Amino acid sequence: MVALLRAVIRRDLLLAWRRRTDIATVVLFFIIVVSLFPLGVGPEPNLLRTIAPGIIWVAALLACMLSLQQMFASDHNDGALDQMLLAAAPLGLIVIARAFAHWLMSGLPLVILAPLLAIQFDLAPELSPVLTLSLLLGTPILTLIGAIGAALTLGLRGGGMLLALLVLPLYVPVLILGAGAVDAAAAGLGADAHLLLLAAQLVVTATFAPWAIAAALRISAE
Amino acid sequence: MLEAHEIEITRGDRRLFGNLNFTLNLGTLLLVTGSNGSGKTSLLRALCGLLLPTAGEVRWQGVNIRTLREEFWKHLVYVGHNNALKNELSAMENLGVLCALSGVRTSAGQQRQALAHFGLAGRERLPAKALSQGQRRRTALARLSLCGSLPLWVLDEPFAALDSAAVSYMQSAVGGHLANGGMVVMTTHQEVRIPAPAMAELDLDQGYH
Repeated sequence: MVALLRAVIRRDLLLAWRRRTDIATVVLFFIIVVSLFPLGVGPEPNLLRTIAPGIIWVAALLACMLSLQQMFASDHNDGALDQMLLAAAPLGLIVIARAFAHWLMSGLPLVILAPLLAIQFDLAPELSPVLTLSLLLGTPILTLIGAIGAALTLGLRGGGMLLALLVLPLYVPVLILGAGAVDAAAAGLGADAHLLLLAAQLVVTATFAPWAIAAALRISAE
Repeated sequence: MLEAHEIEITRGDRRLFGNLNFTLNLGTLLLVTGSNGSGKTSLLRALCGLLLPTAGEVRWQGVNIRTLREEFWKHLVYVGHNNALKNELSAMENLGVLCALSGVRTSAGQQRQALAHFGLAGRERLPAKALSQGQRRRTALARLSLCGSLPLWVLDEPFAALDSAAVSYMQSAVGGHLANGGMVVMTTHQEVRIPAPAMAELDLDQGYH
């Protein structure tokens, strides 16, 4: 079973590496969206400092959305998904492995880049670790919830737009807690409460989302 | 032992067939034939558990496969009409992933040997997108020579796009699996000459005989 899951993760990472332009698109999109705001809003340091967490979080959320559609689409078209549905291990575990690989390639780069981009907003250096930590806890939730939407809209025409409408409202709690963590730390209140709630949400999502994704994939395959 | 009990399948509004019953014993080949659109692929997908029949159930060793899930799937190899190959991966990488998903561990040497059996020696490292249609089919089928330990093979048009040499090799591979006590369900439009210990034919246009 462990060998099977390792093979699935290795496959997804290898595929992502061979299609690395897809990752580059997501990362560049994130960089460009975040960079547009200081240019548009103007060089008012106090305003920029205030909006920084919100902007970075919204951009991360949109960048995550961008990469979701491809999560199962090509496997659905070429029959590889059928083989996963008939695998010798529970589909829920395979889905966790795939979501992990997907997050490594599309979520982790955003987490790493965020503190760098925050410099454009003159975000206080002591807030950078909080921002990174909030994204580290939050982006896996985005991937898992998004994967439910990706599985449900599999094979539909115009599925991309539907996916956004389906998933974005579900991202709201993550956005509030994530951006709120940085705001709270900036106000001197401490980010612990927000980060702990975010961590709790990650645990709950990681427990239940895989089974929802698995069920949605089985329906799509029929 | 695979058993179909009162299976009915509808696609859209059309009822493809109903009240389908058969039992597949060890060493038996079940040949599913029928005109285009008669429901061969749907039947195969239902036997694997990918498609839920409108009525009836599929049983493995007497238990519904919906309850068994992985316990059934670890005994099954399904080669659909899609080859399930990823264009960006090489023939060997594709083969390794497909075997791993079936729970079969393979070494690089075994993978190379399996591909060589199917006439792909020297092309193991080519990305799948550089392979011809026939070569892609051969790569997908090469996993059968590594998954001989799994008793049930479900093959959808295995001979499509293959040349005559590959067809005859494939037929002997299926024959070998049956001789070892395996079970094979396959659809085909071609004349088959497989040395099967026991063979049944299911014509979806006419019924089971």
